[in-house]
Amino acid sequence: MVEVHLWSGLRALTGGLEVVEVEATDTGEMLRALTRAHPQLQAPIDAGVSVTINGRVIASGLTEPIPDGAEVYLMQRIRGG
Amino acid sequence: MALDDLKTKDFAFVGTRPNRPDGLDKVTGRAKFGADAYAPGMLHGAILRSPHAHARILRIDTSKAEALKDVKAVVTRADFSDKVEFAPGLEGEFWNVLENVMAGDKALYDGHAVAAVAATSALAARDALKLIEVEYEILPHVTDVDKAMLADAPVIREGAADYSVPAGMHPNVVRMHESGHGDVAAGFAEADLVIEDHFTTEATHQGYIEPHACLATLGMDGKGELWCCTQGHWIVQKTCAALLGIETANLRVTASEIGGGFGGKTTVFIEPVALALSRKANKPVKLVMSRSEVFRATGPTASASMDIKIGMKKDGTLTAAEGIFRLQGGAFPGGPAEFTAMCAFAPYSLSNVRQVGYDVMTNRPKQAAYRAPGSPMAAFAVESVIDELCNQLGLDPIEVRLKNASREGTKASYGPRFQQIGLVQTLEAAKAHPHLSAPLKPGQGRGISCGFWFNHGGETSVSLALSEDGSAQVMVGTPDIGGSRASMALMAAEVLGIPYENIRVTIADTATLGYNDVSHGSRVTYASGLATIKAARHAVEKLCERAAKKWGIPVDAVKWENGCAVPSGPNAGDFDPLPLADITANMGQTGGPISGHFEATPEGAGVSFATHIVDAEVDPETGKTRVVRYTVIQDAGKAIHPTYVEGQYQGGAAQGIGWALNEEYIYGEDGRLQNSVFLDYRIPVASDLPMIDTVIVEVPNPGHPFGVRGVGETSICPPLAAIANAVSAAAGVRMRNLPMSPPRILSALKADG
Repeated sequence: MVEVHLWSGLRALTGGLEVVEVEATDTGEMLRALTRAHPQLQAPIDAGVSVTINGRVIASGLTEPIPDGAEVYLMQRIRGG
Repeated sequence: MALDDLKTKDFAFVGTRPNRPDGLDKVTGRAKFGADAYAPGMLHGAILRSPHAHARILRIDTSKAEALKDVKAVVTRADFSDKVEFAPGLEGEFWNVLENVMAGDKALYDGHAVAAVAATSALAARDALKLIEVEYEILPHVTDVDKAMLADAPVIREGAADYSVPAGMHPNVVRMHESGHGDVAAGFAEADLVIEDHFTTEATHQGYIEPHACLATLGMDGKGELWCCTQGHWIVQKTCAALLGIETANLRVTASEIGGGFGGKTTVFIEPVALALSRKANKPVKLVMSRSEVFRATGPTASASMDIKIGMKKDGTLTAAEGIFRLQGGAFPGGPAEFTAMCAFAPYSLSNVRQVGYDVMTNRPKQAAYRAPGSPMAAFAVESVIDELCNQLGLDPIEVRLKNASREGTKASYGPRFQQIGLVQTLEAAKAHPHLSAPLKPGQGRGISCGFWFNHGGETSVSLALSEDGSAQVMVGTPDIGGSRASMALMAAEVLGIPYENIRVTIADTATLGYNDVSHGSRVTYASGLATIKAARHAVEKLCERAAKKWGIPVDAVKWENGCAVPSGPNAGDFDPLPLADITANMGQTGGPISGHFEATPEGAGVSFATHIVDAEVDPETGKTRVVRYTVIQDAGKAIHPTYVEGQYQGGAAQGIGWALNEEYIYGEDGRLQNSVFLDYRIPVASDLPMIDTVIVEVPNPGHPFGVRGVGETSICPPLAAIANAVSAAAGVRMRNLPMSPPRILSALKADG
């Protein structure tokens, strides 16, 4: 299981939860599992999200493996300037 | 995740300072920029722009212009694809871009394009614009971010808000971000001193010297060629194809040399218009913006209104921090409110933190990225309050920052724990720098500030081909906006073991290489550099294979050292080193040409921090401020070409000085921009600036083979705050509104009594 930490602005879409547990081994699976568990998360995910795995920012990759026990955060999409 | 092949020392080429490869072309005028392209039978384009800040377009009559002999085409919104769909927030970004490059039902800001002409000369095109009749219904407008959120503010576009905006907010609020952790109320209760204050920054332009320019050809067969100055020609290709309804691969885009971008050339403005004119006229069309058009209709950065509250104990420990950030990004979603919020408190380890960002629409041009979009204004507000807390508690500003600094393992204000970072090292370097202990003259003040930016990876593809004489050519897809051709050549030289001068780096066009993300996010030395290293290693593998075949030994018994194949150990055999040029000399007869390639979306850019020290003096009679000493200290991970890194540090500081002291978009009551030329929009010139001293800190990024972190953006994060802290100290009054222009300084001094 992966504990996914959400930014607090998403609480309104998850019934108040800021941490959601899903079954996933990579970032793509994780995002799909999140929307299955909380369909309202589809909108922010479609708008663009990044993921951090143990502090490493995954800007857009859907195939990054998530090791057991990793710290995982969902973030708004990191872009450049 | 650390790369297993991280090299951080014993470099032969990396870290040296060879001459720039584009130097001769640029000083002799041989370099070809956007406006330097010509084609047989070429027409010249011009764009008609709205004089109104907000108006419904009731009718456009182009018949008189079209009747002119010299006019070959006139386009309006009807000449673009009708398949681009509107969607709320940033989901409908193609629609937002289309709406920006050519207005639909409404003109949304002063300068918004409403029609365009192609004619046989630039003068004829401009004259023809005067014959286009546009009937407007003028609507109420709003250009101020706070006023745009009020209940009675005119609505710019219903339905533009996305999922994140709570019900009941004004329709001009189109996105909202909220993040943080802990209990801020409890944290403030623990503090010995809590300061709450309000800050504003104005919109500033990226101020690149080269205006946007392009030469477009689009035939009736849907095949096109586009030459333009851009930070990313693949995004130009993709966007133009969508806006014109053609296949992406049928449009080849070539990036010209670029006279500055700073984020402002990461999107399209005139390119789709030139292509539409060319398609209609069936001839090439050249379009060049005037400086006034650049100011009125290309992206400045967002302006901001911010509330900050921070609590501190008497010993300097931060107990809680909270920030509300309102950013206007023009008449479209996209103001970087989430970045302002996420960057605001990143330098500090905080148990209790909350940040909220609002993206607000106003009747101004669509904002574009500008070096670390959103972060500099956040640092201005937050670091001003930290400075004031230190002043009121009698604490040393460096020691307080060191006490609270984010380190490896710190839970970032935006959520996750930091990997290896270099903030503490920049603060220690600041503490040890002679600037910090140098005496100040009467009337002078000193300010410091930290700053943070995420950096970026992005899609990247690089090819490298060896020549028979042992030289190498490297094809990258990221326009060179900061000396990347030099740094790519240095990294390739390091792997291949051949001289820097024997490597030529070219920016390939969209038909020659796979997709490359824009030169933004401080990503080029990181991502294109990583791909160049990997492409060179790919070529080295092939070189080793040729040597193994020649020697009749297994390939794993060959290694690459100092530009030669050598046996990997005594058991591999006794062979003299085989130089690269000896292998490539007959490569056509030993297996064919040798090249290397790498493509990926590297995901390990590594965040970056900086600390700046500024001395400023204020003339209380005139309100004029002068920056008298400036020191930039920043973590580069590894400086590939230190001169260019120092240039990025100095450039960020120089632009920050302009943003802090003079630059601003000034709107009249009529919603029109009043200072759309450089005479009225004051960017710093050389005589305004001191020598900007630099210190390169190197804390390797584990996500790059040589430890590189991007450096282009972080350098503009601390200046607004560091300068404001210095000016506030010199003036004896806290400056809360940028720019700190002479009238603002005088007004603050007067209010202070």
